[in-house]
Amino acid sequence: MECIEGLRTPDRGAISVLGLDPFNDVYKLQERIGVQLQQAQLQKRIRVWEAVDLWASLCQKNAIDGERLLEQLGLLDKRNAWFMTLSGGQKQRLFIALALINDPELVFLDELTTGLDPQARRAIWDLVRGIRERGKTVFLTTHLMEEAERLCDRVAIIEHGRIIDIDTPQSLVNRHCPERTVILATDDLTAAERFRRIPRVEVVICGDSQFTIRGQGDDLVTEVIHCLSENRIRVTDFRAILPNLEDVFLKLTGHSIRD
Amino acid sequence: MMLRGLWKLTWIEIKIFLREPLGAFGTIGIPVLVFVVTGRIVGHSLAPASLAASSFITAGLPVLASVLIAISAVLSLVTIISIYREGGILKRLRATPLRPQTILTAHVVVKLLLTAATLALMVLAGKRYYPIGIHVPLFGFTMALVISTCSILSMGFLIASIVPTARFAQPIGAVIMYPMIGVSGLFVPVTSLPPALQAVARVVALTYAVSLLEGIWKGDAWLAHVGDVAALAVVFILCTALSAKVFRWE
Repeated sequence: MECIEGLRTPDRGAISVLGLDPFNDVYKLQERIGVQLQQAQLQKRIRVWEAVDLWASLCQKNAIDGERLLEQLGLLDKRNAWFMTLSGGQKQRLFIALALINDPELVFLDELTTGLDPQARRAIWDLVRGIRERGKTVFLTTHLMEEAERLCDRVAIIEHGRIIDIDTPQSLVNRHCPERTVILATDDLTAAERFRRIPRVEVVICGDSQFTIRGQGDDLVTEVIHCLSENRIRVTDFRAILPNLEDVFLKLTGHSIRD
Repeated sequence: MMLRGLWKLTWIEIKIFLREPLGAFGTIGIPVLVFVVTGRIVGHSLAPASLAASSFITAGLPVLASVLIAISAVLSLVTIISIYREGGILKRLRATPLRPQTILTAHVVVKLLLTAATLALMVLAGKRYYPIGIHVPLFGFTMALVISTCSILSMGFLIASIVPTARFAQPIGAVIMYPMIGVSGLFVPVTSLPPALQAVARVVALTYAVSLLEGIWKGDAWLAHVGDVAALAVVFILCTALSAKVFRWE
């Protein structure tokens, strides 16, 4: 990511961002992109508005209105606060403001919500959606599959520096994790045999009165419902479990713990 | 545009510095206070001063004060740079259209301004207590001080480029800087040092700074100190070039 932003010199290979080479045209590129760095800090005692003002003064073209930006990010009442007094979420929002101040075409967000509580995380997600809706391209890295699933049009899964696969979240799930699971509860003891006869069902596990049915494809849930209604099986619980991006990630990169 | 960035950053850094606990008072206030208090104590008993004492007061003291303040400015520069590096602040600043040299120049300017402010206050406060001659070439001395400070600052930058962590910045800086004072001729004239130390003195930049400052203070012509200025310039260029090569942003 830092190579793409022009902060680190790549060992080899070529990078092109907006048609520019991040290494040779770094200043031209910085005019057109906004950057939020992982684990960045500012001077402890810099005030919020001073940082915004400094960043705005560095734009060649006209910066967008810093006060409005702070208002949109919910930082207006903190404009005179020192950086060191801000909470984690407020710091991240300030960094988003700094990344947006030059009205960039492309915004890089590096592990934006790492270490934030759920409320702050959701507030930041709304902000990222806001940036998207204004027609900017957002390029973000995250360890949270839920975050990628909710925010991204396209997701690349990277392992050891290589892209393993890249597509929309839904296509990734369909391609790599087509299995579906239905969990239901019924007292009908003949049910197990009927479930096994459903096409594309692979496994039926029964314990007490609970059944877990695993199979392939989108139609599995419909088929199960169909089977239930045809045989008039009375159920007291019914859940369908769909795989998500996290399952895809684990499947593609393995389950072992890594650094 | 870049000048505007430099000015903005310098101004913010000054404000941040003044917000530090003890920032302004510790750096500007205490030296001036010590200077004035010593002046009051010593000043009275000094009336028909012995020759040695008065020559120290009129020539040695101003130079000593200037050099000490310049060095403490350098040490604080080294510390600030390494704290900024450790906290990722340098990296964050670099990911902007700010040029690296602008970021670093801003810090040097801040230190130069603070050094100048401290010394100006000392001169004002000291006037009452110390019989500094009226014939002191203030402008020339200021120039000499700027040249010396730039040279010492460039050494500071070199130190800042290589210290591993902020914890080590201050001690490493002090270990390198303070022994230089010993051989620089500030306390003992270089010519009365043992030959081995004289050799050391000749490669220490501070020696030339002290020689230049003392000379100009006494009213020497600049021509007599071309060698000093040249030596300081060489140190400045060498250290700046070296630190540009080895400087780490993170």
